Amino acid sequence: MPELDDYKGQKPSWCPGCGNYSLLKTFKEAMVELGLEPHQIIMVSGIGQAGKLPHYTKGNTFNGLHGRTLPVASGIRLANHDMHVIAIAGDGDCYGEGGNHLLHAMRRNNNINIFVHDNQVYGLTKGQASPTTQEGTVTKTQPFGVLLEPLNPMALAVAMDASFVARGFTGDGAFLKELMVKALQHKGFALLDILQPCISYNRINTLSWYRERVYRIGEDHDPGDRDAAFRLAQEFGERIPTGVVYRQNRPVLEDALPVLAGKPPLVKQPFEPAGMVKELEKFF
Amino acid sequence: MDYTIRIGGQAGQGLQTVGAVLAKLFARHGLEVFTHQDYMSRIRGGHNYYQVRFADGPISSSRRLVDILIALDKNTAELHRNSLAAGGLAIYDAETIKGRYESPQFLDIPFRKIAIDSAGVRLMENTVAVGAVMGMLDMDLDLLNELLTETFSKKGREIVDQNIAAAAAGSQYARHHCSECKFVVPSMPEKNRRMLLDGASPVGLGALMSGCRFFAAYPMTPSTGILNFMAEKSREYSLVVEQAEDEICAINMAIGASFAGVRSMTGSAGGGFALMVEGLSLAGMTETPVVIFVGQRPAPATGLPTRTEQGDLLFVLNAAHGEFPRIVMAPGSPEQSFYLTGRAFDLAEKYQVPAFIISDQYLIDSEWTLDGLDASRIRYVDYRLRADVLAEMEEYKRHAYTETGVSPLAEPGASTHLVVTDSDEHDEDGHIVEDAETRARMVEKRMLKKMPLIRDEIEPPLLYGSDKPDTVITGWGSTYGVMKEAVDVLQKSHNIAMLHFSEIWPFPGTDTFDYLAILKNAGRTVCVENNASSQFARLVRMETGYEFTHLLNKYDGRPFLLEDLLEYLDA
Repeated sequence: MPELDDYKGQKPSWCPGCGNYSLLKTFKEAMVELGLEPHQIIMVSGIGQAGKLPHYTKGNTFNGLHGRTLPVASGIRLANHDMHVIAIAGDGDCYGEGGNHLLHAMRRNNNINIFVHDNQVYGLTKGQASPTTQEGTVTKTQPFGVLLEPLNPMALAVAMDASFVARGFTGDGAFLKELMVKALQHKGFALLDILQPCISYNRINTLSWYRERVYRIGEDHDPGDRDAAFRLAQEFGERIPTGVVYRQNRPVLEDALPVLAGKPPLVKQPFEPAGMVKELEKFF
Repeated sequence: MDYTIRIGGQAGQGLQTVGAVLAKLFARHGLEVFTHQDYMSRIRGGHNYYQVRFADGPISSSRRLVDILIALDKNTAELHRNSLAAGGLAIYDAETIKGRYESPQFLDIPFRKIAIDSAGVRLMENTVAVGAVMGMLDMDLDLLNELLTETFSKKGREIVDQNIAAAAAGSQYARHHCSECKFVVPSMPEKNRRMLLDGASPVGLGALMSGCRFFAAYPMTPSTGILNFMAEKSREYSLVVEQAEDEICAINMAIGASFAGVRSMTGSAGGGFALMVEGLSLAGMTETPVVIFVGQRPAPATGLPTRTEQGDLLFVLNAAHGEFPRIVMAPGSPEQSFYLTGRAFDLAEKYQVPAFIISDQYLIDSEWTLDGLDASRIRYVDYRLRADVLAEMEEYKRHAYTETGVSPLAEPGASTHLVVTDSDEHDEDGHIVEDAETRARMVEKRMLKKMPLIRDEIEPPLLYGSDKPDTVITGWGSTYGVMKEAVDVLQKSHNIAMLHFSEIWPFPGTDTFDYLAILKNAGRTVCVENNASSQFARLVRMETGYEFTHLLNKYDGRPFLLEDLLEYLDA
């Protein structure tokens, strides 16, 4: 059985007090609770402070480009559907640069997970607005305040009929771990949006700001009820729901492709060129 | 014997089927065939044509004049009447195209009426036209009947019989009414059937036989044929084919699949490849093998979507931020497309670099005859570390420093060894670093050590014709066929040779073959390119300092015809 120490990685270079520390700790605990060894997972991260997470723990890692975690993760999963594939991105990475990929990853429905470190600001590039920054927030690049509506990832995912839609909060580690475990156990594309403070650049959405608003979604919510999920998804502001917003089981792409369904992973299937020579005959 | 048939009409009139049937028929007859297509970017209407040239000796290009014009609409008759060769004939159905031509070079064959009379259905009018061509060429109908049976047997016996009846009626009509027909097609030795191959299928075949297991792409003319080919074969050969939401996704998916341990590929036209450029750099930094097909078409921007150009050579060579090795193959024929796709996969895997196959609309959509392809010439070595080897290893570092710069590439998850890579500069373990020493060593590992080794793998250009030529025509990629045939024609009167480059990057050295000496000793050296800015000539000058004495360019979106070269070189 894996232990927390198995997931010990390099020393993080995040700012002291960053929400990423507790997120990382929770991530390791979730992996241990799932009984996964580091070599059984592949983390695919992008660029931004979130993208560095795989280096600070253990596991197979593809730290790729900003916005491109999901295409790489889908490619990996299609090549080897025995692996647990976890994409790790920030709000800029997943909802900005990679927005189109998110839409289509929800449609494609590979059995992959994306954990979005959502701090409502750009950290690595020092404080510009992100797609989830609140309207009116003044930054160096938005001197008149953010004039755009913030993107609502929960409502977007419910509208796209995504397979698993949840929100967590780094200030509630026990619950976040539960959500990470559920996301990995769910068969299908799982979006877990994780609220976290940025202590350097986000002076509005601070830890205490979140604490005053965040609550756990109650037992009375049925995540299979899409209308209820959509209503819940629109709640953000004075009260912010965390938990599983929406969940439905539809076939994953790996099971819909005849080449993969019920078969060993592509990477384990034998290559038999001798059988292909007949293809040449068709051109005579 | 050397004839050209041009079938012209509107998109949707079935002229591609007519052309394809004729091309295959001549190939089965044992003749040499070369076809090329000229079509508009539309699904219905407009003006398209399909040109089938066939001869009893080697051919590898299209000619300007036609011997038989099949005009399926009035526009074709008007546009191409001046392209008729001496002794050439245009056939048309005066009733359908609503026009009559009195010239002795025009023969009215009532395709539609014959179809209704013989087969009972108007739909068979194109089969009547093919039958008429058989009659004009004084060829029997055995091969045509065989092809019609193969093509239509899926639709049932009745359809096959209708087609055979329509072809016979067309042939008979032509034999009775074509007093001007003087065409003679020699009978060829039995069983001299030739392979007939376009420029897209051999890329797909080469990829399959190289062990490609993953293909992701977004459709874009003229590269879509390869996506279709791979999708069609996916079930039988355990291949995952995914149509991505955009080309950025396509290349990142292919990189992901390759990282996970399978050979993978993507492809597009120049415009789609432009979107992949960031991903190309990612493959370079993470040393992930990936094969990229680029089917060129005239640009900038959307350009001429269904036409041809060699305008993306320097783009493919220079695309992406940063410095890393890449391999660029530019096949000049369907045969080269097959073997060079195999080379691209083998070298991409061996050196863990991106490898390109760069083609264009002209080559992709043309068909050539050949004796066959030798699958055993596709080299397949699995260079990756799998479970068995990994289990024995004490330590594994994805980006370990080595003599060759090539680090061990392991399948993640196949052992307890972790496979870590990063688009950031990284250490041997694949973890993010910023220190100067590691950076310098990684650049040396990734690039400087690998480059000379890859260069040694590159085949020199092909010299064809005189070995001490006064005139050398040089080119790359799809101009191979037309240049080769120009040499065939002109070598009777000129001391001439062709120098053709199909393995372009790393730029071939002169150790095994001093092609520069050939160029320097020739009085006239012409760099022939289907572009406006002589990109290859510039590359040669950059790499060798050599400057061609003459440049021949064509940038109207159309390929070089044989006469274009002959007239230029003979002037």
